[in-house]
Amino acid sequence: MDSSTVMCTRRQHASGRIFGHGKVDSGSIEAVKSVGLRVIAANPIELTVGNVVRRVLHIIREEEASLETKTLADVSNIALSDDDEESSEKAGFSAVAVAAANRSVLRAPSLHNLLESIPARATACNTSSGGDSESKSKSGEKNSKIWKLKHSVIEGINELLQEIDSYHAQVADQALQHIHHNEVIMTCGRSHAVLQFLLEAKKKRSFEVFVAEGAPRYQGQTLARELADANLQTTLVADAAVFALISRVNMVIVGAHAVVASGGVMVPVGLHMVALAARRHAVPFVVLAGLHKLCPQYPHNPYILLNDMKSPSDIIDFGDMSDCLDGGSGRSSLRTVNPTFDYVPPDLVSLLITDIGGHTPSYVYRIVAEYYSPEDFVL
Amino acid sequence: MAVKKGGKAAEMADEETPVPLQAILLADSFAQKFRPITLERPKVLLPLINIPMIDYTLEWLASAGVEEVFVFCCAHAKQITNYLANSTWQTQPNFKVLPIESHDCVSVGEALRLIDQRNVVRGDFVLVSGDTVSNMSLKEVLQEHKERRKSDKLAVMTMVVKRSQSSPSTHQTRLGNDELLLAIDPLTKELLCYDDGSSNNLKRTRQVAVDKALYLNKPSICLCTDLQDCFIDICSPEVLFLFTDNFDYQHLRRDFVKGLLSDEISGNKIFTYEIYGEYAARVDNLRSYDSVSKDIIHRWTYPIVPDIRFAGNNVGLKIERCNVYRENGVLLPRSARIGPSTVLGEGTSVEENCVFSNSVIGRNCVIGRNVIIEGSYVWNNVTIHDNVVIQSAIICDGCVVKAGTRVEPGAVLSFNVVIGQNFSVPSYSKISLIAQPTEEDSSDEELEYVEAASSTTESPQKVIEVGQEYSNASGLGLNVEDPSQAIVWEESEVGASGAGFRWLMKDASQEDEWRYSVAPIPAEKIIEMRLKEEQDDLDDADQDAGVSAGVEEEEEEVDAVRKKRDFEKEAEETLRRLFLEGVPESNVILEVKALRLGFNAESSDCAAACFKSIINLALEEPFSKDSELFGIARTLFSKWKSILEHYLTNEDDQVEVLLKFEEICLEASGKAFAPIFCHVLRVLYDQEIISEDAILSWASEKQDAEEGDKVFLRQCEAFIKWLEEASEEEDDD
Repeated sequence: MDSSTVMCTRRQHASGRIFGHGKVDSGSIEAVKSVGLRVIAANPIELTVGNVVRRVLHIIREEEASLETKTLADVSNIALSDDDEESSEKAGFSAVAVAAANRSVLRAPSLHNLLESIPARATACNTSSGGDSESKSKSGEKNSKIWKLKHSVIEGINELLQEIDSYHAQVADQALQHIHHNEVIMTCGRSHAVLQFLLEAKKKRSFEVFVAEGAPRYQGQTLARELADANLQTTLVADAAVFALISRVNMVIVGAHAVVASGGVMVPVGLHMVALAARRHAVPFVVLAGLHKLCPQYPHNPYILLNDMKSPSDIIDFGDMSDCLDGGSGRSSLRTVNPTFDYVPPDLVSLLITDIGGHTPSYVYRIVAEYYSPEDFVL
Repeated sequence: MAVKKGGKAAEMADEETPVPLQAILLADSFAQKFRPITLERPKVLLPLINIPMIDYTLEWLASAGVEEVFVFCCAHAKQITNYLANSTWQTQPNFKVLPIESHDCVSVGEALRLIDQRNVVRGDFVLVSGDTVSNMSLKEVLQEHKERRKSDKLAVMTMVVKRSQSSPSTHQTRLGNDELLLAIDPLTKELLCYDDGSSNNLKRTRQVAVDKALYLNKPSICLCTDLQDCFIDICSPEVLFLFTDNFDYQHLRRDFVKGLLSDEISGNKIFTYEIYGEYAARVDNLRSYDSVSKDIIHRWTYPIVPDIRFAGNNVGLKIERCNVYRENGVLLPRSARIGPSTVLGEGTSVEENCVFSNSVIGRNCVIGRNVIIEGSYVWNNVTIHDNVVIQSAIICDGCVVKAGTRVEPGAVLSFNVVIGQNFSVPSYSKISLIAQPTEEDSSDEELEYVEAASSTTESPQKVIEVGQEYSNASGLGLNVEDPSQAIVWEESEVGASGAGFRWLMKDASQEDEWRYSVAPIPAEKIIEMRLKEEQDDLDDADQDAGVSAGVEEEEEEVDAVRKKRDFEKEAEETLRRLFLEGVPESNVILEVKALRLGFNAESSDCAAACFKSIINLALEEPFSKDSELFGIARTLFSKWKSILEHYLTNEDDQVEVLLKFEEICLEASGKAFAPIFCHVLRVLYDQEIISEDAILSWASEKQDAEEGDKVFLRQCEAFIKWLEEASEEEDDD
């Protein structure tokens, strides 16, 4: 689902470029935005779709900005060479100016960017000062610039695709830091990330897993089977037995549907209960999530607005209940609600493990600021 | 989710044939259950939770992988084709909606015959009505249908059913249909009997005759009353041919299904497919309109629910707690109380202190102060003034309900009706701007609309215009009355300054009005039904007391014996006629065979009959001495030997014939043969009609019989002894 979104935007992006607008970037940003909005409107519950659209927009903006600073650096270098050999302090000043410009263009004042900017600038200076003739023809190279930008944007999107495809492995690589010998791990329902994580840990450690079945979809049963096939000591329990067993558990590990900016997580239904039980017994509640699952939105009435109400047929059989669902015999008093997700507030989450490492929920807003452009928070 | 079409499903289904999956959607129900609303707008365009019904059906077909849909329009065909032409369905990839128009079809049968003529259906197709709401996947049922077709070419149709319990007191399903009785073979899922109660005229105690032939060759039969017919059929192209061949088929269930099930010669079969987690229902009457609306609100039809966008639903409502759906741009004051399961459409404005529950309110409605709406369906552009109470009613587009009015349960206000101030619309009344056609026109014909036979209303169009003027005027609060208008509305029907005719229901349907309305069945009716049922049960118990199950079985046996006797008589007469006429024996055998199939008799019965008729023929000839009779019998036997041989293939049959011969000899008519029994037996043996083994086994069987029965055995003692010795000698050799 997520990678197909990226594909869609990439294709759109590439075709938009081939048409060759003069104002490439503002145009392509608008185009990506409009496609993104349509994809999001198709299913607003799937928050990752919006995230991926924002990531793509961010890549475009970033590449555009870096290209701009590069030109800026070149221009300053040309100025320098024209002024004959001025003192090195001027060069240093220009480097600072470039860094400032770079910051203003990139807008997101990330620590990463600040640290990286100075050496990058130094190399840029070196290369450009090497050939004067090269720099003089820069102004006439608008076409090649556009082509370069397009190329790097597509490269960036490919990287994003790869990231989404491989986030399970990235997350799983950290398993050994978190799971130790003879521990008891609990999980609920089925998540591919959790499966990978546990299997990775299994290579070096021996531990036990409790799997709650995850009603009403009962995917925990599938997971238990998969774990047992991998020779992991697995116990399948009913959701209702979670509280009774939680005191024996060392850690709860679950996969997330989405992570909101407050650090709260959207998880399959039933996990809020598990999180509360874990809190009661001071068991760490660890959530695994790819970076693309981090949303810039803050939760507002997440139980309703970020939820997906499925058909009650998962819970009860229509044939059994049909005579009790109003019919001709009067107003129905029976109502069934079948939500897909639970919202777990940030204070119940102990640790959030993403591709780039473990974070506390309170750090989520920083990661969000790093990977999205603030203008895209509201599409 | 909604944007992705299950194209793969169709590809899977059509592995062998490149034909796209097709569906026939009947956009006309050929019934009158939604009158008078359907006089002005076709049923499939009526809003179900603010979305026309046909969009639910089309969305389901599109998501289930159907690629071509033929929409058959009859009544109000222009409206439907216009709607489809302007809808988003035309721009969907891999999904074609092709309207077929007709103006003179009055039944499903005619519609299908017309489609057959057009020659557009190329493979298996899905036959649905335009008012179906479902989320079932067609992949499995199509697969099953195709698999079955491979092994059995006669499996022409697969019918989708769903479990749904009917109300114990009214024997009516949630969808307002009568309890359905289906007989299904649990192994093959073949449908053996279909009874929808239509022939019983709503008699309380239903009696269904199940043909005894059904029990033959079937280890078990499942009789179900808790299944609901979803009116979704997977049909092979033969179904269309069958409709063309049998031009008297009109109704899909009443004529076609029953016709197919009772027709043993062609042997076409119908199978059932039960769905479990999925939903399927048809909006057939006002009761089902209510039930299906509630099911959609309760999300049984997920993902086809109002808050998820699909091609026919591009507005997108937001769901709130307790299944309250609200579109953007609803003006709702703080004091308004929105109860559970309520839908509010875009642009609707609500004043202070309103109370809504279990209701659907359409777009751009204006609702005054202190209005109470319960369990009702208010469509678009309706104006409701202050202090109005509406309970379980349907209020169509453009209606105006003036201040202080009560709309009682079950009422239906058709398009643009105006109800005057402080009036009370009685229960189950139907009010329309179009006058009710007179009795002669609305005979038993199954026409949904009077358009064709509109001699009664000279200018329905004009009437609507008048109504609009009225509603506009009153909507503005002005009390304009056009003096030139000749139409005077009855104040007793719609209140002061109201507009509309009250429709009087025919006597027969009047009493059952509560069964099919949107209103819940009143408690007193349920109590009444229950009391009646208890009374009936008591009566039944009294009647049943003397009759036990054993007696019934005996009756069956008696029945079988009677049948056998009938066959014998018939066969004897036929044979006699044929013998006398001297017809070639192959023809004789053919005629007897026909009789035999007709009576379901066995070959030994035929042999016995044949034997007896020969004996009778012999007795008819004049004779004076036993030897003469013997001579006649011998010539007759040698003449018709081959026919007897034809039926006497094995020993058991031969023994049977010997026993029969004995019987004849004991009877008064056959007494003449008694003295020459042994001689005749000898003849039969010599002619090789009856084998040696048969005679011996007959003898051994008779050995233990009573003395009285041994008369003939003794007579033949010498002959049998000779036979035994002969066989022993053979053994020695």
